[in-house]
Amino acid sequence: MVRKLLSGIVALILVAGFIMVSVQAMAAEEKKPEQFVGILAYRTGPFAAGGSGWSSGKEDFMALINARGGIAGKIMYKWEECETAYNTERGVECYNRFRDRMAMVHPLSTGITYAVIPKATEDKITVISGGYGRADASDGRVFPYVFTTPTNYWSQNTAKIKFIAMQEGWDGKDMATIGKYLKGLKIANLHIDIPYGQETKPILDAMSKKFGFQVRHFPVPWPGIDQKAQWMDIARRYKADWVINRNWGVACTVPLKEAARLGFPREKMLGVWWCGSEEDVLPAGPAAKGYRSTAFHGAGQDYPIVKECIEKVYGAMKGNISFTRVGSVFWSRGFVAGIIDHEAILTAQKKFGVKVLTGEEFRWGMENLNITAERIKEIGAEGLMQPVKNTWEDHEGGGMVFIQQWDGQKWVMTGDVISPMKEFVRGMIEESAAKYAKEKGITPRTAP
Amino acid sequence: MFYRECSNFKDSYASDMAIFPIPLDRWGFIVMLFMAFVIVPLFASEYFIANIIIPFYCFSLAAFGLNLLAGYAGQVSIGHAAFMAVGAYASFNLYGRLGVPLIPSILGGGLISAAVGTLFGLPSLRIKGFYLAIATLASQFLIEWVIVHVKWISGGVFGTIEAPKMFVFGFAIDTAVKKYYLALCIMALLMTFGKNLVRGQLGRNWMAIRDVDYAAEIIGVNLYRDKLTAFAVSTFYAGVAGSLICFCYLGAANIEGFGVMVSFALMGMIIVGGLGTVLGSFLGAGFFVMLPIAINQSLGSFMEVVPADILANIESIIFGGLIVFFLIVEPYGMARLWHTIKEKMRLWPFPY
Repeated sequence: MVRKLLSGIVALILVAGFIMVSVQAMAAEEKKPEQFVGILAYRTGPFAAGGSGWSSGKEDFMALINARGGIAGKIMYKWEECETAYNTERGVECYNRFRDRMAMVHPLSTGITYAVIPKATEDKITVISGGYGRADASDGRVFPYVFTTPTNYWSQNTAKIKFIAMQEGWDGKDMATIGKYLKGLKIANLHIDIPYGQETKPILDAMSKKFGFQVRHFPVPWPGIDQKAQWMDIARRYKADWVINRNWGVACTVPLKEAARLGFPREKMLGVWWCGSEEDVLPAGPAAKGYRSTAFHGAGQDYPIVKECIEKVYGAMKGNISFTRVGSVFWSRGFVAGIIDHEAILTAQKKFGVKVLTGEEFRWGMENLNITAERIKEIGAEGLMQPVKNTWEDHEGGGMVFIQQWDGQKWVMTGDVISPMKEFVRGMIEESAAKYAKEKGITPRTAP
Repeated sequence: MFYRECSNFKDSYASDMAIFPIPLDRWGFIVMLFMAFVIVPLFASEYFIANIIIPFYCFSLAAFGLNLLAGYAGQVSIGHAAFMAVGAYASFNLYGRLGVPLIPSILGGGLISAAVGTLFGLPSLRIKGFYLAIATLASQFLIEWVIVHVKWISGGVFGTIEAPKMFVFGFAIDTAVKKYYLALCIMALLMTFGKNLVRGQLGRNWMAIRDVDYAAEIIGVNLYRDKLTAFAVSTFYAGVAGSLICFCYLGAANIEGFGVMVSFALMGMIIVGGLGTVLGSFLGAGFFVMLPIAINQSLGSFMEVVPADILANIESIIFGGLIVFFLIVEPYGMARLWHTIKEKMRLWPFPY
């Protein structure tokens, strides 16, 4: 028995060694210089649906560029994955593992983002937390190495309020009249009770004061599998007009079932973008029909660039995820992040020349990033993403929010593309960033 | 001989009470100390020190804290990560906002954690076994809730704190190696203290309580006092470990990093490592901290040939399989394996 086991192990080691040698032989064939990208993925753990989709989308985009012959035809993408399981400690370990080789990092979790911001600023590595992380990092004066491109949570929530006003009859243009439509509305902010979930409370409170609607926060204890009591409160006692679903993972799905049980219209529920994927609504079955969520990018396979990716990457059997998930919301999010990073690299290469970029050079590219509508059309991503224009002060860039609706089969873009209340959000961001700068003793930059 | 005493007769109190009765252990310990204080900082890479060794020390300390409670005193706690959080947040507030010097604030974080731990130890006076375990689970959720919701405690923005710049007697602790020495010194001192504690009267009382509590009471052990001291000392260790994680390892602390899964991992560490042993705390922490990273790193070589999603799950499969393997091979933990090896060597060449 033991002998059999031992010989089995020896055989396995031999096979593994053989594979490793052949892998190295394969790697030796490539001659072009490589831009290294470290990917902090979480394909295991409670949030694997989000993590696997995102990192595969990003990798598929890089594979597409490599299939085209590399960045500007001269530099190949090279990436390695490090599994974090959404765990902050593992994430920091992964960051340090890649630190000397990479120019930028997507931490992919609010906890990891907080932990790596001070380190990355010291190491001159660009941190991109697109659609998560700390909203006040959009202030480039205090956070030189952190970007929230293309948008952050606070912008998203102002867009949500605008969307609600539009549904109540507002024309969507004149900010002076928005208060009339919002007055007296009861909005329930159903949030998961962890720092991520609480992050939007201040901006909702500030808006309710300004526009005269009521907002009440309903905390859901982690991990949010049971939300019966909250829903009884929302639907029966508080009698909410609108519900903002700010959850994560399985907690996103539960409200749909509870709302169906209590007869609360799903059309009046508006999800955060992390609650707006196929994985969130499919388990709820028919109860999810009509539910809307925000997004900062499109989804689906009907874009020229996605089609090209399917043809060149999946056609060559080099895809990073099962084909059925290509074009899903989380996959598209990673894919769009890949496009934005790639455009930043191209921007930086215009100044520094075609070479492997350092963190500082990449940061310059991010700060001077300008993806216009024409450029989006040119790369074949029209409708997939929004225009982005960063400056050294504004690290958010876009801020536009899409609204999508679940029709029972797939997510459909409703065509509403809503701009956030830019000045309002900016004021709060600057205030919060100034507080952070004071706490940490950072002198905000006054020039790029 | 090197690995056994030449006879079982002890002729002085000193030799009878020695921590390491055989030379193999004595020399081994000195070699380990030499490795930790000289070889590792000199030759290991910064990545290795900052991401593998420092968390290993922190979790060894935390696991030893839980071992004092569960392994020595027999009181199960499955909310121990919360006490690490108390230590982290308390010492952050002491150092970063109240201006207490670094070392006193790390120890102070431990003391505050001990105070909270004693409070949550009160149920142990009336209930035991599984029932106590569930009661301690409450501490996990209560403490998490309080830290998230009381903004005064969580200080920074959204329940996440960032460690300020650290100074000990005006000496800046900024590089990985300096943080390593800080963590090592505190860990080594507390481990030495703990090892002697369990050899003394208090430790013996705890073991008596663990084995048969009413019998211990009959022979004069004060159950109330000793159970609560077990909670206090254990959560003190957890608190110091938590603040070391915040200051020396992550440089930041987030309440999500001290969730219930960390409590389970701590429990796993002492069970796989060995209940009621100091060595077991180290082995268990090493198993849980280093092994997943080692598996992950070695699997990285297959990145090009195996799909990434399968690779990520293989790590969990191998790790889980190894836990089962070690528990089947030695239910009393890895420390017991070492003990068995030593016993066999004592009787060599005729071991039984």
